[in-house]
Amino acid sequence: MVDFLQFLLSGITRGSIYGLVGVGFALIFRSSHAINFAQGEFVMIGGMATVFFLTLGLPLVLAAAGAVVAAALIGALLQRLAIAQAKNASVLTIIIITIGAGMMLRGAAEIVMGRNFHSYPAFSGELPVDLLGAKMQSQSLWVVAALVLVTIGIHFFFARTRLGKAVEATFSNRFAATVIGINVPRILIVCFMLSAAIGALGGVVMTPITLTHFELGVPLALKGFCAAIVGGLTSPFGAIIGGLILGLSEAFAGGYISPTYQEAVAFVIIIAMLIFRPQGLFGRRAVERV
Amino acid sequence: MTSDTPRQLIACAVLATALALLPIVAPNPYYLDLATKACLAAVVCIGLNLLSGYAGQLSLGHAAFFGVGAYASAILCAKVGITPVVAMLAGCLISAGIAYVMARTVLRLKGHYLAMATLAFGVIISIVLNREVALTGGPDGMSVPRFNLFGYRTTGVWAGYGLAAVALVLAVRTAIVFVNSRVGRALRAIGDSEVAAEGLGIDIARYKTGVFVISAVFASVAGSIFAHADRFVSPAEAGFMRSVEFVAMIVIGGLGSVAGSIVGATLLTLLPQLLAGFDHYRHFLTGLILILIMIFMPAGIVPTLLASGRALHDRYRPFGRSARSVTGRTSEG
Amino acid sequence: MRSFLKNIGTSVLAATLAAGGLLAATGASAQQRPIRIGAFTATTGGASFLGDPQEKTLRLYVDKINKAGGVLGRKLELFIYDSAGDARQAVTYTRRLIEDNEVDIIIGGSATGESMAVIPIVEEAQIPFISLSGGNVVVEPVRKWVFKTPGSDRMAVSKIYTDMKARGFSKAAVISGDGGFDKSCQKEAVTVAKTMGIAIVADEVYAQADTDMTPQFTRIAGAKPDAIVGCGFGLGGVITVRNHRQITPQIPLYFTHGVGSQQFVEGARGAAENVRITVSPLLVAEQLDDSDPQKKTLLEYTKEYQEKFGEKPAAFGGFSYDALHIALAAMQRAGGTDKAKVRDEIERTKNFIGIDGIFNMSPTDHMGLDFNTAFRLTEIKNNGWHLVK
Repeated sequence: MVDFLQFLLSGITRGSIYGLVGVGFALIFRSSHAINFAQGEFVMIGGMATVFFLTLGLPLVLAAAGAVVAAALIGALLQRLAIAQAKNASVLTIIIITIGAGMMLRGAAEIVMGRNFHSYPAFSGELPVDLLGAKMQSQSLWVVAALVLVTIGIHFFFARTRLGKAVEATFSNRFAATVIGINVPRILIVCFMLSAAIGALGGVVMTPITLTHFELGVPLALKGFCAAIVGGLTSPFGAIIGGLILGLSEAFAGGYISPTYQEAVAFVIIIAMLIFRPQGLFGRRAVERV
Repeated sequence: MTSDTPRQLIACAVLATALALLPIVAPNPYYLDLATKACLAAVVCIGLNLLSGYAGQLSLGHAAFFGVGAYASAILCAKVGITPVVAMLAGCLISAGIAYVMARTVLRLKGHYLAMATLAFGVIISIVLNREVALTGGPDGMSVPRFNLFGYRTTGVWAGYGLAAVALVLAVRTAIVFVNSRVGRALRAIGDSEVAAEGLGIDIARYKTGVFVISAVFASVAGSIFAHADRFVSPAEAGFMRSVEFVAMIVIGGLGSVAGSIVGATLLTLLPQLLAGFDHYRHFLTGLILILIMIFMPAGIVPTLLASGRALHDRYRPFGRSARSVTGRTSEG
Repeated sequence: MRSFLKNIGTSVLAATLAAGGLLAATGASAQQRPIRIGAFTATTGGASFLGDPQEKTLRLYVDKINKAGGVLGRKLELFIYDSAGDARQAVTYTRRLIEDNEVDIIIGGSATGESMAVIPIVEEAQIPFISLSGGNVVVEPVRKWVFKTPGSDRMAVSKIYTDMKARGFSKAAVISGDGGFDKSCQKEAVTVAKTMGIAIVADEVYAQADTDMTPQFTRIAGAKPDAIVGCGFGLGGVITVRNHRQITPQIPLYFTHGVGSQQFVEGARGAAENVRITVSPLLVAEQLDDSDPQKKTLLEYTKEYQEKFGEKPAAFGGFSYDALHIALAAMQRAGGTDKAKVRDEIERTKNFIGIDGIFNMSPTDHMGLDFNTAFRLTEIKNNGWHLVK
């Protein structure tokens, strides 16, 4: 029973991390049908920039806020200076631009922060918390809290704000959105900023657990991408649920079956999903353009 | 099947001659090693480009087929003692089988499902290669015997280059014949508009499956030759990052262009070598170069250059514009 | 006509003389040519925690030796590439070093896989190669041109098991990553256990990029070992000790040299307390007896590295320090860079006092370290390294 609880806690923590990474993929795919291969780098920047601001002597709250803002700005720059510049580019061209951007961000982090790993203390103490005999790091609660915050925030954004509704309209029909006066290029920038900020927030809360490193983004992005796929690729909520499903499956498969192939669980789930429910949990069947 | 035009035959001949002359021009075997790797990447890219550039399907796991070919050759030659050519064919069969099953499962669906299936499959393959230490040597990889043909053993970097060059010429030839065949035209129709193609009575799933299997076999052959050329294989060859690199190569070279595949493969093979001296700035510069190419040549290098070349040509010919339209899709070698 | 022939004769003569002069000139410049050291390390990618200090160390000492006038009156020239731990890139860079840079010796291969991948090439090209990887397979069987400087995992785990037995432990659990470095150590941990009467009750693996090993530790807790042996390095090592404190703080934890750096202790943020680690004497240099022959070298290296890079060197940096100095000493004894002579002299390395231990190579031992000097058992106390005596 304690073991079960332990695996559950592990699954929720890693699932929340995957969810926080996956949301950004879904947001960008929703707005531009492109896979943003720089998403993992936004997460990395969240942690790295926090470390950087902390060494400048800023208090943690300001350092974390600064990191999220910095990532959002980088997201806006990426959209404006690179993606928007490639006129009439195909989706594949945009994907390659994001790959290039990911390398540049990794390279920039390598130049500024070196090749070592970095971390900072957990927000509420380093000692593990006892929960009915199972142990968890207190920082896990912060990760889960961030995920809840992002979920509520996204819900509010799409349901209540004009901007959110404009994003929705752009996703449904870009041409119609332009006709009714929505500034589509601005919407795309907003989506990139949001993805980057959410990714960075994930990086800020996970770094005390996972530590950070200039090449941390690549493997994280792969898992986050899987989470988004399981969620249907176009749905931010789907990505969050997808992340939790992946995290829990990995923890239980690793715990009860064998950790040897734990790494493969996420990908087996994707294959199963493609066979049985190809549109993902929350995805709409993609409409093919004629 | 239509016979190919003289132009394309000439293009193949030029390529073959250039590849044959390279060892004479190359200052030392290091350049041949690079050329070998560029040729093999080009073989994978030509296959992948048939899939992405013509049939409009994305694969995020093509390195896995490369890995299957490489490890089939490595394991069958080193542990079972089968002759390399047979091992290579076995690798092709395994790759083709996997591709066929995957395509039948997901290609009836529209959208990026093949990309997801190949991604998942590719990562699983690289995890298996990493974990099955007894068979594959695990993360440390395994050594591969020399290539031999009819008992004639080959040595050194020359042999690897020779095999890779022959494979490249054959791949170019096959791709050109394929693109100009009825199947190729059907594929192009699919790439342009699936609905219209369906209206013309084209069995889309069958054609897509066919081209996916062919592209998997191209990658597998390249993998087998690589295993003998380097005489060593490691699971990184099948990894996700390698798959992404192949996609980057065809997009940068030019989707739907055989020449583009070769240019993209060569460029991205040489780039790390050219930037090797920049130490900490290497990643940053590589990313920057990728972005700049894509901003200024969103259709890829070869289609963009061809288009501007044609535009130049037309400007200086006041009478009679070139009959060919500039679509960014080219099929010549 | 005759004058024409005569003219030709003079031209030929002149040409021959010119060519001869040119040859003499190149011959002379070959004497003056810098000694070319070729290297490839995994400064990025999964093994970057190994490769980065190795690269820095090579750059530091090539500079330093050049400032002091070089070796045999010749300057050193370093050609160094980042293989990212990838066998394919290692092969290409090795060809580049041999064929294009025409180096006199190759040092490199942070990971065992990439070292194995280049062995056919260096053997064929007949150039001495000193590997920086831990795996025994690199020098077992002995290959003519291949040497290595890091102590082997077998020594490290033997040392751990000896200490475990002294403390009355008989059941061990092993936790390792899925990379080559971890795998090699895990294999030895399982094999050596049999010969030393230690039972392996759990053998758990995590993916190298994984950031949570609590399921693995929960399984280990269920197997009730007397002690846990960790085989990771870099980030994986830090997360291992942090998860260990979370789930199984009551079970003693041992680690091999993969975590031999001050960054590890800092990253663990307190979780590394009481962990016992077999590591190169580098990390406990101050605590060695003054009579210890290695002490002076160790302190000097630490000081020089710290001055240049602002951080203490990791144990892996010592591997390339030893490789470079063994190679240069061999060149000095050989009186030049003739590859065959240098190879013979490397093989004759005797009583070389290095960072990683005292080297005594022979035709049957191309590593040359012994059990006593190669690894020291240390324990982390108050975020510092303490020699266990």
